[in-house]
Amino acid sequence: MSAETLEKAIEKKPAEALLSKRRKRIVADPLVDENPITVQVLGICSALAVTTQMQPTLVMAISVTFVVALANVVISMMRNTIPSRVRIIVQLAVVATLVTLVSEVLKAFAYDMYKELSVFIGLIITNCIVMGRLEAFAMGNKPYDSMLDGLGSALGYSWIILTVAFFRELWGSGSVFGIPVFDYVSSLFGPDFSLATNGLMVTPVGAFIILGLIVWVQRTKTGYVEH
Amino acid sequence: MQQSNTYVIVYSAVLTIILGLLLSGSAQILGPRQQKAIALDKKKQILGAVISAEEIGAMTPDQVNEFYENNISSIVVDINGKEITDGGVTAEKVEIAKDYKKPADQRSYPVFIYHAEGNPSEVKSYILPLYGAGLWDAIWGYIALETDMNTVAGITLAHAGETPGLGARITEGEVQARYVGKKIFDESGELVAVEMMKGEGKDYSTDDHKVDGMSGATITGNGVNNMLKAYLSHYEAYIKGKSQTAVAGL
Repeated sequence: MSAETLEKAIEKKPAEALLSKRRKRIVADPLVDENPITVQVLGICSALAVTTQMQPTLVMAISVTFVVALANVVISMMRNTIPSRVRIIVQLAVVATLVTLVSEVLKAFAYDMYKELSVFIGLIITNCIVMGRLEAFAMGNKPYDSMLDGLGSALGYSWIILTVAFFRELWGSGSVFGIPVFDYVSSLFGPDFSLATNGLMVTPVGAFIILGLIVWVQRTKTGYVEH
Repeated sequence: MQQSNTYVIVYSAVLTIILGLLLSGSAQILGPRQQKAIALDKKKQILGAVISAEEIGAMTPDQVNEFYENNISSIVVDINGKEITDGGVTAEKVEIAKDYKKPADQRSYPVFIYHAEGNPSEVKSYILPLYGAGLWDAIWGYIALETDMNTVAGITLAHAGETPGLGARITEGEVQARYVGKKIFDESGELVAVEMMKGEGKDYSTDDHKVDGMSGATITGNGVNNMLKAYLSHYEAYIKGKSQTAVAGL
């Protein structure tokens, strides 16, 4: 192809803006309208398991974001070469590798977190959001769009589990990020006053209740009805 | 072409090799750092039996290593309480979890001696490792005995997979604090250890051998009881030897 025709080709199809309207929607949709947890009801198991405290939840959110975004990019780059008969196992191998990397890095640099989260980091492999996005999006779209899609879904997942963890830690342990909020508030009202924590919040049941309330509030606002 | 068996097989093989190289490479690079992190974690657990989790949490890794260096000395004993000096065994190198699979009389038993800063002869307490089974998976910890070899100075407990909010509470300072001041021998000198009871909220402050249980985690509590009983009995010879010299010293 000569330089002239190449220029023409570029003129004909101007590159899409880095954050065009369509791409913004790819990121924004999973935050509320297509939220993986509250609307698609995916990734519930980890949303229940890790959300007793803010700090491990944050580490989990970052790990999932890393895995979903990167797995989407990698699978999207490979999408034209993957034989369709073994595509699930190929996706699984890529995801498992990424998850193992995350777990190894945590083990080296944040051992306490690794101890606390070890099982659940491994279980990112089975987090339905990861495989769901690979099958539904990355297999048929370009790498950059796939990355945005992964980021969007992961952020949608992250803000929900962080919200759940905020209330569970506040009501269950009386603290936020390990800072004893209840003790401080109690001390403002004198020595006889103390805020009680609710043990139910520490159990998975507490997560179901909070999650249910979030879904309720969200669906009241968006008017979403399950068909 | 993409659907041919050869393509699928070659594709899978190449992918496996690439991913395998990636993983083993990262394991090689991160390995030394992980070993360091594991060694540091072990020191933190040992120290956890004698100083509070908040104090340890406030220390930097270097401070933990330094404190450990200056305040802990260690020996390894056998089931008869005799010190093992041959074969280059050190207490830090004994892997309790691996040793646990051997019969009790063939294991090596490390003893970590907590002493005054830089003065190994001024002993504050003896820290002994524990290992056993909880409800779902392994549980372990360290128990510190005061120099009378009878009073519990402190305990630290950890687990691999107990239920969060129930059995996993053994890692909480509040649960571990219940053991402080309890006795492991009764008046007749019989080893009875300390038993975590079923149910929660009762007052056992007058009973030397019982502590309040964890509601909803009776089986984990039983696991802790069995582990304490088993390991204290493995160390019994050493403990009795020590307490006799302590009495003779008076």
